[in-house]
Amino acid sequence: MSAGSEIVLEARNITKRFPGVVANENVSLKLHRGEVLALLGENGAGKTTLMNILYGMYHQDSGEVLIRGEPVRISGPSDSIRRGIGMVHQHFMLVPVFTVAENIILGAETGNGPFLDLNIARQQIRELSQQYNLAVDPDAYVKDLSVGQQQRVEIIKALYRKADILILDEPTAVLTPQETEELFAIIRSLTARGASVIFISHKLKEVLAIADRIMVLRRGRVVGETTPREATERSLAEMMVGRSVMLEVEKGEAHPGAPVLTLDHVTVLDDRGQHAVNEVSLEVHAGEILGIAGVQGNGQTELVEAITGLRPVRSGRVLINGRNVTNASPRRISETGCAHVPEDRQEDGLVLTYSVADNLVLNTYYMPPFAHGIVRDDRAILDHASQLIERYDVRTPSPLTPVSALSGGNKQKVIIARELSREGRLLIAAQPTRGIDVGSIEFIHQQIVAERDRGAAVLLVSAELDEIMALSDRIAVMYHGKIVATLPAASATREELGLLMAGAQPTNVSHEAVTDGRVTVNAQR
Amino acid sequence: MERAESQSPPRMDRRIQIWGMARAAIVPIASVVVALVIGAAIIALSGANPLVAYSALFEGGLGSGRAFSRTLEKATPLIFGGLAVSLAFKCGLFNIGAQGQLLLGAVFAAFIGFSLQGLPSALHIPLALLVGALLGALWAAIAGALKAFTGAHEVITTIMLNFVAFNLTDWLADGPWKDRTPGNIVARTPAVAPEARLPDIAGAPLGIILAVLAAIAVWWLIWRTTIGFELRTVGQNASAAKYAGISVRRMTVLAMVASGFLAGLGGAVETLGVVGRFQPGFNVGLGFNAITIALLARTNPVAVIPASLLIGMMQAGASRMQFNSGVASEIIDVILALILFFVAADSIIRRVLRLRAEEGERVTLSSGWGS
Amino acid sequence: MQITGSMARPAAARIPWLAIGAWGALAILVLIAYMRAPQATTAVLTSTIRQSTPIILGALAGIMCERSGVINIGIEGMMLISAFLGFLFNVWTGDLLLATLGALLIGAVVGAFHALMAITLKVDQIIAGTVINILAVGTTGYFYQQGLTTRGKLTPVSIPFLADIPVIGPVFFSNPPITYASLILIIVIHVLLFRTAWGLRTRAVGEHPAAADTVGIAVNRVRYINVIIGGMLAGLAGAFLTLESVGSFERNMTNGRGFVSLAVMIFGKWTPFGAWGGSLLFGFANALQSQIQFLKNQLPPWLAWIGDLPPQFIGMLPYVLTIAVLAGFVGRARPPAAIGKVYEKE
Repeated sequence: MSAGSEIVLEARNITKRFPGVVANENVSLKLHRGEVLALLGENGAGKTTLMNILYGMYHQDSGEVLIRGEPVRISGPSDSIRRGIGMVHQHFMLVPVFTVAENIILGAETGNGPFLDLNIARQQIRELSQQYNLAVDPDAYVKDLSVGQQQRVEIIKALYRKADILILDEPTAVLTPQETEELFAIIRSLTARGASVIFISHKLKEVLAIADRIMVLRRGRVVGETTPREATERSLAEMMVGRSVMLEVEKGEAHPGAPVLTLDHVTVLDDRGQHAVNEVSLEVHAGEILGIAGVQGNGQTELVEAITGLRPVRSGRVLINGRNVTNASPRRISETGCAHVPEDRQEDGLVLTYSVADNLVLNTYYMPPFAHGIVRDDRAILDHASQLIERYDVRTPSPLTPVSALSGGNKQKVIIARELSREGRLLIAAQPTRGIDVGSIEFIHQQIVAERDRGAAVLLVSAELDEIMALSDRIAVMYHGKIVATLPAASATREELGLLMAGAQPTNVSHEAVTDGRVTVNAQR
Repeated sequence: MERAESQSPPRMDRRIQIWGMARAAIVPIASVVVALVIGAAIIALSGANPLVAYSALFEGGLGSGRAFSRTLEKATPLIFGGLAVSLAFKCGLFNIGAQGQLLLGAVFAAFIGFSLQGLPSALHIPLALLVGALLGALWAAIAGALKAFTGAHEVITTIMLNFVAFNLTDWLADGPWKDRTPGNIVARTPAVAPEARLPDIAGAPLGIILAVLAAIAVWWLIWRTTIGFELRTVGQNASAAKYAGISVRRMTVLAMVASGFLAGLGGAVETLGVVGRFQPGFNVGLGFNAITIALLARTNPVAVIPASLLIGMMQAGASRMQFNSGVASEIIDVILALILFFVAADSIIRRVLRLRAEEGERVTLSSGWGS
Repeated sequence: MQITGSMARPAAARIPWLAIGAWGALAILVLIAYMRAPQATTAVLTSTIRQSTPIILGALAGIMCERSGVINIGIEGMMLISAFLGFLFNVWTGDLLLATLGALLIGAVVGAFHALMAITLKVDQIIAGTVINILAVGTTGYFYQQGLTTRGKLTPVSIPFLADIPVIGPVFFSNPPITYASLILIIVIHVLLFRTAWGLRTRAVGEHPAAADTVGIAVNRVRYINVIIGGMLAGLAGAFLTLESVGSFERNMTNGRGFVSLAVMIFGKWTPFGAWGGSLLFGFANALQSQIQFLKNQLPPWLAWIGDLPPQFIGMLPYVLTIAVLAGFVGRARPPAAIGKVYEKE
């Protein structure tokens, strides 16, 4: 892990403003040959903006960039590519309906004259595959590949263009712990061959595992530079957030009662007609939180959609309080007392152009007092909104403000306010704190636990293992559409869960009873 | 003050409400002015005097009591058409089929009008209007159902249905419903019974009164009812609508049905109030004019009225303009196209007038063919 | 953990049995008809190819635009304006070639206008197309004077030897120039889209513009160029109508062909050869309409009722067919993923 002293990439005093926000302010960094530099920060800290500037997608307002000691003005991605910079974006930049080879040569097409010749490309791809141990099939369609495979395609795409400076933006967000280890192996082999890597992440454990040096950004500024030897998770978290961050979710003992949600051999198909959920059976009791752990893409999304009536159930039964609601309409399911905090809050949970007030009655607008018959009662809707805004501390200039003007955390609070204020018997929360600032996360976690303590049954689905481990009373692991294990949360370990999430069988699975609920959470969203 | 797409103007602050309305009207008014200027340039280019042309236009539309009646007459179907398109827009649907729906409404209203004799007005008129409106609704429902159940995009299906409607009503007027009175060879239906003709009420034609009432009813439906909320939600965000328990399919069909109902009603009103029978070649061009009006009014049902009056005035004055200055009346179509352009490309006007775009003011519908 | 990629066969390699079966059955029907009534069959087939020309050109125009992500419902208007101006160029200059080139140029200009509205001004793309359609009707109506006819007309050119092949000969190898051009263009556009770098980039821009942007492709420039090419194709269709088909201009002479082109494009799943199949279908319906009076006597008894249908019903046929196509076949067709959305960097 030793790095050379040559500085291959340097940024000096980069500042970039967008309307209303300073994304980067006087940011400077140096990248040495063969080193892995980790860039750490919360969502919105400015990491991606900085990388987009280095890659040529944006231009900085002031400051300069030096590549191999030479000041350069990067005009666009083709320019940075030419200079040897390659970027693997957080959301993959691959055309799903193209093959691997087509994606890799896009923009750098091989062939005679205007015509395409993929054979040359195939050859080169195979060579790179072998050289770096990145197995891909050049003729496979990207849409048929797993996430890990797609990431490998992205890396080859960069290597194909002779990149020796690689920027990886949140590469482990969608990988299992085991796939993450594989990625780290790939990174080490790349740096051994002289490539330099910038690794952007918000995951403290991984940063400590892979980086040679660590830089922390907060609100657009560099707030610290350190190495894994000197830093700990706690010190990094504090730098990221700016204050002491050990959150304790006050969780008393769970008193589970009768089953509220029962799934009986439920099978659900995904958009392509494949089995996304494969004969899943589970039970969530009143007064308990059942957390579903698993890497995204193993059927959790489809499971939640099926329970809430947004996706057809192919076979099996869904029961809420004993009543069969399989394939019932979303409205009927909601009326049985099921509250749903959806995974995609902007798409499904809110109408961005509507006011906060209207969003707060989005699924109750037809009931009295908000409407009498078909006539709406604007006054009642506004009063309701004012009450909820205060109770749930939603920061908004007015109940009539369009909800698009609110921050991510406050948008989510609107949804939480709406769903939790209905005092239902079942709460389904999917990725409830994704991309949200720490203060709001705290609040939302408290609300979820409060629901449990009120006697509601809570089904929590999250890709953040720490969140699952902190909040759940029991944890079910989902892999390839099946529940592979259900464990009490108190005794479950990260390693165990990681293995289960990757479809492997852990050797020691301990099943001790839940004794004490005090759990520590690292604030590292 | 930022205004959300969902609230009708808050009753709390009248001043802000009026200022908001004025602001919303700036771009449409500026679009009309610029279009008229360009129109004048085209007129000048083809050798005529724009000032003479325009003054004749205004005179022909507003210059006398009779001119104003003509304007109201022209404006009436435009209001119905504009309402039809606006309502569909609110649900995210592009109803270019107002033309065909209007034709169906007109021919069937004529049928009820001429085939029943001796009915008192109080029965005959509502019956004929209702049948016309329902046929328009039915015609639009075809496109709505196709969209809801097969995903067929309503832009093409409604345009195709327009052509089918032309042919169908042509055939009806030339075949089974042809006016067989001796001496008539033209393809047209018999005249409707005198009891079915729309009277004037307190000096104003019943048609325009119905149109204004329809505008108010549509406004109320959209902003004050749960149905309106459901329509708008589907138009703004179909997946959130699903989550909210709203059936997107049902709303799609409902929006088209309501839209077609209005267009059909417009055709029926025109037939019973102005023409007195059905004749092919009936109000060609309403379909696209309705779109222009809907956008000029920013899909606000009440604003459809002044927009329709403006365009109705131009249409009413066109023949006088042609007579006085020799300028072909098609120039009105060109001006209307330009108005549509400037309203749709509002960034141009905004840049010129240095206005910032407000959230929720832009009308966007296209998200692709399938969804 | 080694996970190998799936071995899905590329779409081109999967053999379309259904299509082959359908075309085969059709070919047999045509042969039978030819043996019973050679002249009538030839007349209908020839008319089919000719009538389908503007439609396939319009569909190709649509394909170029939409493959790069821009919805274009203004093809009807583009055809109309090009038809009108091509006609005027011919009347002024007396030259058919110049007039055709003029129509192409106008098509390109209107295409550029659509691109300007859709890409730069960020106007809703369907409204942009509607603007073009209304403008076309208005301006051509305003400037049109009656009684003008073209000086000369583009007449059929027979290719020696090939034109003598029975059945196929007169139908495919004895056509006027623009019709030939349209057949060649089907192949050209197919190769362009699927076998060249330009085509790869175009399709990438239509499916995932951000991905194209990150590898250095100028997304909006690609879109502009494709839309302008589309405009030129629509312009050629317009030239066909006035200079090759009718020989003069009439108001609204496009008569919905531009919209039928869109249906055909969807029917053909945004591929040139697929669209050709659809355009032949509509060409056939149009051919039937124009040939029906001559065919009446030659129809076998069980088809004789066709001759007695009111003309309006036959006139409706293409449009009803379009609706059926959209409702029945389109269910599973997938347009380019990024279509209709303005591309802006995040």
